[in-house]
Amino acid sequence: MAHQWDSPQMVKGTGVRWSAFVIYGLLMFFAAIYVLPLVVMLLTSLKPLQEIYSGSIIALPHEWTVKPWIDAWGQTCVGLSCHGIKGYFWNSTKMTVAAVILSTAIGMLNGYVLTKWRFKGADLLFGLILFGCFIPFQIVLIPMATLLGKLGIASSTPGLVLVHVVYGLAFTTLYFRNFYVAFPDELIRAAMIDGAKFFSIFFRILVPNSAPIVVVTVIWQFTNIWNDFLFGASFSTGESAPMTVALNNVVNTSTGEREYNVHMAAAIIAALPTLLVYIVGGRYFVRGLMTGSVKG
Amino acid sequence: MDSSTATAAPVTWSAAGRWLQRSLPRLVLSPTLVVSLVFVYGFILWTAYLSFTPSKGYPIHELVGFLQYVRVWNHPRWQVAIHNLAIFGVLYIVLCMALGLLLAILLDQRIRQEGTLRAIYLYPLALSFIVTGTAWKWMLNPGLGIEKLVQGWGFPNFKFDWIVSEEMAIYCVVIAGVWQATGFVMAMFLAGLRGIDQDLIKAASLDGASLPKIYRRIVIPQLRPVFMGALIILAHLAIKSYELVVALTGGGPGYATELPSTFMYVHTFTRNQLGMGAASAVMMLLTIVAIMVPYLYSEMRGARKQTH
Repeated sequence: MAHQWDSPQMVKGTGVRWSAFVIYGLLMFFAAIYVLPLVVMLLTSLKPLQEIYSGSIIALPHEWTVKPWIDAWGQTCVGLSCHGIKGYFWNSTKMTVAAVILSTAIGMLNGYVLTKWRFKGADLLFGLILFGCFIPFQIVLIPMATLLGKLGIASSTPGLVLVHVVYGLAFTTLYFRNFYVAFPDELIRAAMIDGAKFFSIFFRILVPNSAPIVVVTVIWQFTNIWNDFLFGASFSTGESAPMTVALNNVVNTSTGEREYNVHMAAAIIAALPTLLVYIVGGRYFVRGLMTGSVKG
Repeated sequence: MDSSTATAAPVTWSAAGRWLQRSLPRLVLSPTLVVSLVFVYGFILWTAYLSFTPSKGYPIHELVGFLQYVRVWNHPRWQVAIHNLAIFGVLYIVLCMALGLLLAILLDQRIRQEGTLRAIYLYPLALSFIVTGTAWKWMLNPGLGIEKLVQGWGFPNFKFDWIVSEEMAIYCVVIAGVWQATGFVMAMFLAGLRGIDQDLIKAASLDGASLPKIYRRIVIPQLRPVFMGALIILAHLAIKSYELVVALTGGGPGYATELPSTFMYVHTFTRNQLGMGAASAVMMLLTIVAIMVPYLYSEMRGARKQTH
């Protein structure tokens, strides 16, 4: 971001000193509130259970331990089976990777058609597709459950991949369409004169120039699909559940003593992939958020 | 761009090949269109149809008019859900906007480490609502969470047990929801602030306007479109809210934190009341359409005005 702007504060010139203290104080206060839950989770996950009962949530562990993490990964009970969350983590990984690749690739082609091969009614069709961004997914749960049952892929990772691709297409199409609209038509026309066809133009001209929007779309789709709970809870059972559903089961399993430290370790493990993506690609994450959420 | 120019190449195409080449764009788009027609529009119609049937555990093909809607509205859990949605929706929108604007204005003062602070305010958006719910459920745990922390600071009578209180539990959902979404509203306002014409502000300050006055009279009025956008997005998110309640309170205690989304889920999947589930889903959709359509319409008209 080019810092051409002047905030009113700077234009005024005066008052900077008296208020700097207040401004930084408030900003730090809110930053502390924002970081607190993550810190509490981390500290809780590194303490033995008895320290949780004896100390406060922000107390540093006396005896640091990674046992809750090991238990969460391989031992804790998810519903009735006690093999930890690792299986569900892999379910989510497989589901997310497949659904992100498919929905991004299809959205890319859609965006290409909708901007560079416009035909009569293309805008109307785009509007039609875009509507899928707004719907509350409750409206499709019942028919989807029926259809997945009929197709024989209820409670399976392929079933969830289908659901996520289908309801991700509106977003991916939106992203690529808005990006390709600004892509110079002259380059396409020149390639056509050279005899290039639909797919060779796509692969040789559009694809190599799409890196930024691919990153934005992949991050958006990855975050949404990994974090989804509604579809996972509706269309999966037992061993086929994604990570978020398993986490909720771990935390709300009511048998035995509540192992808060294990719960927190499981929650951090569930959050880790999207947090890493956020840390590595934060700039693109925010850009996707601004486009995706204004429309959805 | 006309697809027929593609055939200007010095290659002789068979008729079928030419047809294929011309139709390729439409063919490529068609799977998505079919998917959209079936999985979005078809499914909406399907659900709407079910909402007019007496379906329970499985679909019953018989029309009973608005009976399921009447049953939903007479259901005490739905009434609680609507009441909660009103409380949650209003507080969530107002608090996210107020805090988001405050943070954006503070961050816009050319402060050091702006990027770091922004990243901190925004990271909750990368988390699943289930993770957020789990974290806050632990923080709000009476006996072990914040209550115990503050008691340990020398306030032994401090009470903070909202999460197990029927009247107060919904406010816990507000706290966690606001925590998660404020950063996003801040980012929207910050983008808006950076787009404001600086000359106006310079002129006003030369005229001797005070800083609060500049914000009140010049800056905030210019952020009107951002307010509208944020309002629409937050209202939309509030209506869809589901995961946070599930993870934080499970809809409880009792059904004190029921929302339309949890009502829909429970009636559809655990109570075998497909008809009622469908009716509640249709009402959620209609509410969102009622909010989105006027907004999108005015946005598109605005965009068209700008291009012409």
